[in-house]
Amino acid sequence: MVFSERHNLVRKLARDFAETELTNAILDEIEESGNYPQELLDKMGKAGFFGIKTPKEYGGQGSDYISYVIVLEELGRASAVTDIWVSAPNSLGGGPLMLSGTEEQLQKYLKPVATGEKIMAFALTEPGAGSDAGGTVTTAIRDGDYYVLNGRKTFITTAPVADWAIVYAKTDLSEKNRGRSRGISAFIVDMKLPGVSCGKAEHKMGIKGCPTSDIILEDVRVHKDDLLGEENRGFQNAMKTLDIGRIGVAATSIGVAQGALDEAIKYAKERKQFGQRIADFQAISFMIADMATKLQAAKELVYRAAELKDMNSPEAGTAASMAKYYASEICNEIAAKAVQIHGGYGYISEYKVERIYRDCRVFTIFEGTSQVQQMVIAGNIIGK
Amino acid sequence: MKIIVLAKQVPDTNEVKIDPVTGTLIREGVPSILNPDDANALEEALALKDQYPGTTVDVVSMGPPQATYMLRECLAMGADNAYLLSSRVFGGADTCATSTTLAAGVKKIGDYDIIFAGRQAIDGDTAQVGPQTAQRLGIPSVTYVQKIREIKDKTVVVERALEDGFEVIEIQKPCVLTAIKELNTPRYMSVSKIEEAYKKEIAIWDEKALNVDPNDVGLVASPTQVHKSFTPPPKGAGEMLVGTVPEMAAALVAKLTEKHVLVEH
Repeated sequence: MVFSERHNLVRKLARDFAETELTNAILDEIEESGNYPQELLDKMGKAGFFGIKTPKEYGGQGSDYISYVIVLEELGRASAVTDIWVSAPNSLGGGPLMLSGTEEQLQKYLKPVATGEKIMAFALTEPGAGSDAGGTVTTAIRDGDYYVLNGRKTFITTAPVADWAIVYAKTDLSEKNRGRSRGISAFIVDMKLPGVSCGKAEHKMGIKGCPTSDIILEDVRVHKDDLLGEENRGFQNAMKTLDIGRIGVAATSIGVAQGALDEAIKYAKERKQFGQRIADFQAISFMIADMATKLQAAKELVYRAAELKDMNSPEAGTAASMAKYYASEICNEIAAKAVQIHGGYGYISEYKVERIYRDCRVFTIFEGTSQVQQMVIAGNIIGK
Repeated sequence: MKIIVLAKQVPDTNEVKIDPVTGTLIREGVPSILNPDDANALEEALALKDQYPGTTVDVVSMGPPQATYMLRECLAMGADNAYLLSSRVFGGADTCATSTTLAAGVKKIGDYDIIFAGRQAIDGDTAQVGPQTAQRLGIPSVTYVQKIREIKDKTVVVERALEDGFEVIEIQKPCVLTAIKELNTPRYMSVSKIEEAYKKEIAIWDEKALNVDPNDVGLVASPTQVHKSFTPPPKGAGEMLVGTVPEMAAALVAKLTEKHVLVEH
C-alpha cells in the first residue's frame, strides 16, 4: 500500500516516539517490575494515541483506522505491551461506547477515555464463556431505577487499574435464552461501586506491564442511566466491537513481527560461525526471505482491513478477521524463527527476541482465537 | 506577540552515505527532515506561545515544493501558519542569497517581535543564515541562544552559550535569535494536529510575490562557489592508558616527550 503524506507523518510521529521513549532500559524495567510508567502513558495521551479515530467532539483526534494501524505498528515494533495500552482505549474501551453510547454517556465516559485520563476495561469473557460468549452467566436483574449485577468476569485486561468497565450480563433469564446469546445487555460499571472487586493480577507468559485480572460482581447496583445501548441487545454491541477491534491485534502483530525480523537480520549480520556471517548461509538467508515476504503479505491484509473500515465497507469485518488470523499466526512464526536464528542467545532474556516470542503468543488467542477467526471467515464466505 | 521561525528541510545526514569516488553526498533515497536546530527554534517559539496567550507562530522556509511536508510537520507541532518561498530562481543559493529571500518573506509577513532560527543546518553547517537575515532586516541578532530568561516589553534577555560558559544579553525587539539544541527538547506532533495540518493552506511565494529582483537571489547572487568537497581522512585510533593516576601521568609524560610535545630542559 502506498500511504498518503498525512499517514507518513503519523508514522513519523509514532516512530520518533518509539525510538525516543521506548528504550531498552525502560522496556527492561517494565518487564522486571511489571509496572508501566505513568509518565509514558501521559506522553502517549498528549500525542493523541488513546483516541486516534475517536471524533474530536469526544476528546479524540478525529483521524482514521489507517492512522490507528500505523501507530500500533510502529509502537509495537518496539514494545508489545505498549500496544495493549494504546489499543485498549481506542478499541475495546472506546468501541462499545462509540457503537451504542448516548450523547450524555459519550461526554461522560468516552471523552476521558480518549484523552487517557480514565481507563475503561472490557468485561465480556467469563470462566465458562470464552469463544462462546453466548454462555454468559453473569446476571443483571432490574430493581426500580437500578440493575443488580452478579457474576464473575475473567482475563480482563487493565481490570486492576480501570476506573470503569463495560460489563456484559444476562438481563433476560427466560428458559428459551439459556446458553444463547440473546438477552444479554451491556452496562458501564464504575469499578468503585460497592460489590465490585478484582481478583489478583494474573501471572502471564508475556505482555508484562499491563495487568489482567478477574472482576467479581456481588449485588452491584448499576443505575439504569449506565445501561449501554438497548436492553437485551448487548451481545450485538460486543460482537461489533470485537469485529472491528481485531484490526488492532492484527496491527500489533505486524509491528511486533517487524521488531522480531529487525533483530533477526541484525544478529544474522553480526554473528559469525564457520568463518562467515550466518546471514551468508543460505539456510539463514532463506529463512529471513520467508519471514520478510510473509510479513509483507500480513501488512497488506492489515492495511486493507483498515482502508475498508475507513470506507465503511461491508467487507471490513471479514477483512479484519483475515488480517487478525494471518498476522497473529505469522507473527508467532517469525518470532520463533528469530529465536532460532539467535540460537542459544535467543533463549536468554537479555536478547529482545526472547520477550517478543513470549509476548506474541497471546496474539492468536485474545480478541477471538485463530479458530474463531476461521469460523468467521468461513461463515462469511460460505454462508451460515 | 508574533513570532516567525525560519526552518529548513535537510537530508537526514544519519542516513546519508558518501560516494567513495566523488566524495560527495549521495542524496538519492535519503529521507528529508526538519533541520534539528530549527526544531529547537520552533519549540522555543511554541513554548512562548503556551506561555503568552494570543501569540502566533509562523514558519517560513525557502526550498523546493516538497518542503511543504516539513512545513506540515511544523504545523503538526503547533505552528499557526506556514509559508514556503519557492521558485526556480531561488535555486542554487548560498547563505548570502538565501538570507535575501528569507528576509523578503519575513518582511511580507511583517509585524513580528521575535524571529527564531536554528543555529545551523546539518547539510551545510555554516551558521550564517540566521545572522545574515537579521542584517538584511536591519535588526539585531544573538546566536547560540541556550536559554530565554525573560521577555520584556521592548527587549528580550537571553543566555548565549560560549565554549566554557555563557553570557547574558539583553536585546532589543524585534530581533533574530538562533537556537542550539541545549535550548529545549522539541515536542512531538499529535495525531489531531497532523489532521489539522493537512486542512491548512500553505502559501507558496515566488519572486513576484516577494517582489524581489531575480538578480538578487539564487545562484546568480551567490558569491560562494564550492571548489571541492571531500571526506577528511579518519584520525588514527586513540590509546587508552591504564593503571594508577601516577602511573598514567608518567606514561603520558613519556609519550608526550617522545613526540616532542614536551621538551626536557
